[in-house]
Amino acid sequence: MSNVRLRDLCINLGGNAIIADLDLAVDEGEFLVLLGPSGCGKSTLLHSIAGLIDVTSGTVEIGGADMTFADPSERGIGMVFQSYALYPTMTVEKNMSFGLRIAGLPKAEIAQRVARAADMLHLDALLDRKPAQLSGGQRQRVAIGRALVRQAGVFLFDEPLSNLDAKLRAELRRELKLLHQTLRSTMIYVTHDQVEAMTLATRIVVMRAGKVQQIGAPADVYERPANLFVAGFLGSPSMNFIDGTLDAEGIFSGPVLDLDLGPAWRGHAAGRELVLGVRPEHIHIGDGGKLQGTVELVEPMGNHQIVWIAVGERKLSAIVNDTRAFTAGEPLSFAIDADRISLFDKASEQRLATS
Amino acid sequence: MSRKTHFSPARIGIYAFLISAALFFLLPLYVMLATSFKTMEEIRMGNIFALPLQMTLDPWREAWSGACTGLSCEGIRGGFWNSVAIAVPSTVIPILLGAINGYALSFWKPRGASVLFGILMVGAFIPIQVMIYPLVRILATFGLVGSLPGIVLVHLIFAMPVMTLLFRNYYASVPHELFQAARIDGGGFFRIFAYVMLPMSLPIIVVAAIMQVTGVWNDYILGLVFADSETQPMTVQLNNVINTTTGTRQYNVNMAATILTSLVPLAIYFISGRWFVRGIAAGAVKG
Repeated sequence: MSNVRLRDLCINLGGNAIIADLDLAVDEGEFLVLLGPSGCGKSTLLHSIAGLIDVTSGTVEIGGADMTFADPSERGIGMVFQSYALYPTMTVEKNMSFGLRIAGLPKAEIAQRVARAADMLHLDALLDRKPAQLSGGQRQRVAIGRALVRQAGVFLFDEPLSNLDAKLRAELRRELKLLHQTLRSTMIYVTHDQVEAMTLATRIVVMRAGKVQQIGAPADVYERPANLFVAGFLGSPSMNFIDGTLDAEGIFSGPVLDLDLGPAWRGHAAGRELVLGVRPEHIHIGDGGKLQGTVELVEPMGNHQIVWIAVGERKLSAIVNDTRAFTAGEPLSFAIDADRISLFDKASEQRLATS
Repeated sequence: MSRKTHFSPARIGIYAFLISAALFFLLPLYVMLATSFKTMEEIRMGNIFALPLQMTLDPWREAWSGACTGLSCEGIRGGFWNSVAIAVPSTVIPILLGAINGYALSFWKPRGASVLFGILMVGAFIPIQVMIYPLVRILATFGLVGSLPGIVLVHLIFAMPVMTLLFRNYYASVPHELFQAARIDGGGFFRIFAYVMLPMSLPIIVVAAIMQVTGVWNDYILGLVFADSETQPMTVQLNNVINTTTGTRQYNVNMAATILTSLVPLAIYFISGRWFVRGIAAGAVKG
């Protein structure tokens, strides 16, 4: 187990600055998820930790040692790739033991480590097969096993579940979480899937265009997004954004709706152009609500339904956790949970704090 | 419905065309085979399409071990073994070096790789004939003209551009993550090549081997220029057998010698067909 520390990291590829002045500290035993849209530099960052991409400037420390210019094999890492990257001509057992055989470990030690990893990943029956004879999920298990046998201090995952179908993805996601609970090793995981980020991470790093937008526990990032980008990126359906201003009494008013935000907001940001962010689950549809709208569209999801409410020109999404029936065009009243809203400055897109 | 299409007019037309085309192209081979089993008396009767009346293996024996090539009369046997001695190293070495070149260019991307590759490609487009005289001078300087290593070296030089291109393009289709995984597993330049890349390269090695063996075996001009009478390949000896001007022209012996010379490339084409295009890389990536 080891920690990872990135200082002033800059990476230029083909003349473009992919990552500029990035600092990141990953603690021992942490499950850190790098989350962001494609092209945000998260994979580049992971590859630079692995030593597969040369950094332009800055340092990479793994386990307290400077590894900026170390060979990938010397960094004490194990890596799992999106495309599995199994050696096609080797059996599962040879795939997993390849690194150990190169390192010249004694045969008994190799056999014992492979057996242990195979046991953890339910691969015992498949050890003599070639990758072509395995299903996608089995292949990715082998790739995880190949990283496990190295008994590395840090495990790196580059979108490992993206090539799998939805059911397998959920299954392997749980196995990965269990694996982390058992091994307690440091894991850095790259994904563009917010569900994976929310379920797996102890901390999420949200990235955009090579810059870190927010670092925090999943609940924290979800509940208190640092800016409009993070707020819009996490959550499905995404957060509802409503333009408006705040007066001295803490009353938010805009072209779409007016809302009393309560005493906490009194005297804050009065007169500035703001954006109000509301999660769909914090819009409560019911007769007690002071706000009015009409049903635009209903998406039944089985265990919940998403109701799209037309309020003037704006459409707001609300999550309803019961089986009430809605019909399109039907008028309804709703309320917004003022304690759970987020406020952003429209110009800087940054979150406003209450006090 | 699919059963009926077997007898549709279009299909009959296609088969008729294919069969007549095959017959047309096979006719010279038939004439060669038939003539090679005839005695000279029969050949003088002039029925070149007739089957031999009296099968005789004497022309084959004569061609293999008795026909005169220039001054000596030992058949083309010697040339056969010379050709084997030239073709084997001229196939193995270029394939190995081409594979290493292609691997290095595709995965390690050394500085100036694209320039180097560009130069190699220019080499592939310059005709051999242009370079023969300078090459003779260079080899003469090192005393290699007329020696087996000399001919192999010349074949190696002319094979490098195509072999490198072949392997570079093949490795370009191998997912880069495979190489990265091997790097993390601690593989160095030659370890990754030998244990990961080379075992995956069987389909392209077969293609390269077919190209090299047939190319080297069928080569005439390099053998003519760079070999002496002791190291002449079979093609050069065949030419000497056929162009020997003393005595009568032994058409049956000439035919037999020609078939013997072309036997190796023919055998390779027949045997190798099923080795082409095999999904060796299947399973490396998402499937």
